Amino acid sequence: MSTSKPRVKVPKTASKDEVIQIKTLISHTMESGQRKDSDGKPIPRKIINKFKCEFNGKTVFECDMEPAISANPYLEFSAKVPESGTFTFTWVDDDGSVYSTDAKIAVE
Amino acid sequence: MTITRRQALALGAGAAVLTAAGLPSLAFADDAKVQAAIDAFSGGAAPETGTVSLTAPEIAENGNTVPIGVSVESPMTEADHVTAVILLAAGNPQPGVATFHFSPMSGAAEATTRMRLAKTQDVIALAKTSTGKVYMDRKSVKVTIGGCGG
Repeated sequence: MSTSKPRVKVPKTASKDEVIQIKTLISHTMESGQRKDSDGKPIPRKIINKFKCEFNGKTVFECDMEPAISANPYLEFSAKVPESGTFTFTWVDDDGSVYSTDAKIAVE
Repeated sequence: MTITRRQALALGAGAAVLTAAGLPSLAFADDAKVQAAIDAFSGGAAPETGTVSLTAPEIAENGNTVPIGVSVESPMTEADHVTAVILLAAGNPQPGVATFHFSPMSGAAEATTRMRLAKTQDVIALAKTSTGKVYMDRKSVKVTIGGCGG
């Protein structure tokens, strides 16, 4: 789904070993599979079930999501920055699509 | 036909039992499901209170987006860190909400997200550490409008 545009907020710089806050948001309906359409048929489930944040290839934070997560899933978490590098964020959809984005950070 | 006071009480009690036992289990997760989820996560270890704290609003006007945060006190070193935190909603159709996986690279074991709550219920957070400890916190959230598409 091309409309699932991820947005992340990562500070541009940090001091060495600083713990920073990262905020992520992705637009997605997160259809729970519990709702019914106007004909009373259940709407099939379609959610993002997995989120992953990596820093220079090492896993920092992961999240498994269930249908109870709201539409446009928002996540806020922290990360330790030992060196300059790139955060990579990936979201995995029920249908197998993968949405990803990355953000660079420099250690001063 | 006249109904005596004794008969009226018996009828009332019977109706109450039926309502309590019959209706909620049809649509919503029951305690057994929640307990099964807790056991699956903790691996049988009895959860201790404290250390983990859950941040949730006391009253959520819209059950579709309820901000929920969890933070665990931990040194987050290679030897002693929080490996995972699970969020459960005891009154949703399915109790599972999210599982956060932390690593020493996380720096701090804390995360915030937004969740759906079908009705007024308890939200439970369980944290597991690399040293094998399990901690639990529980918060009751009042929901004005349910958020699971009714």
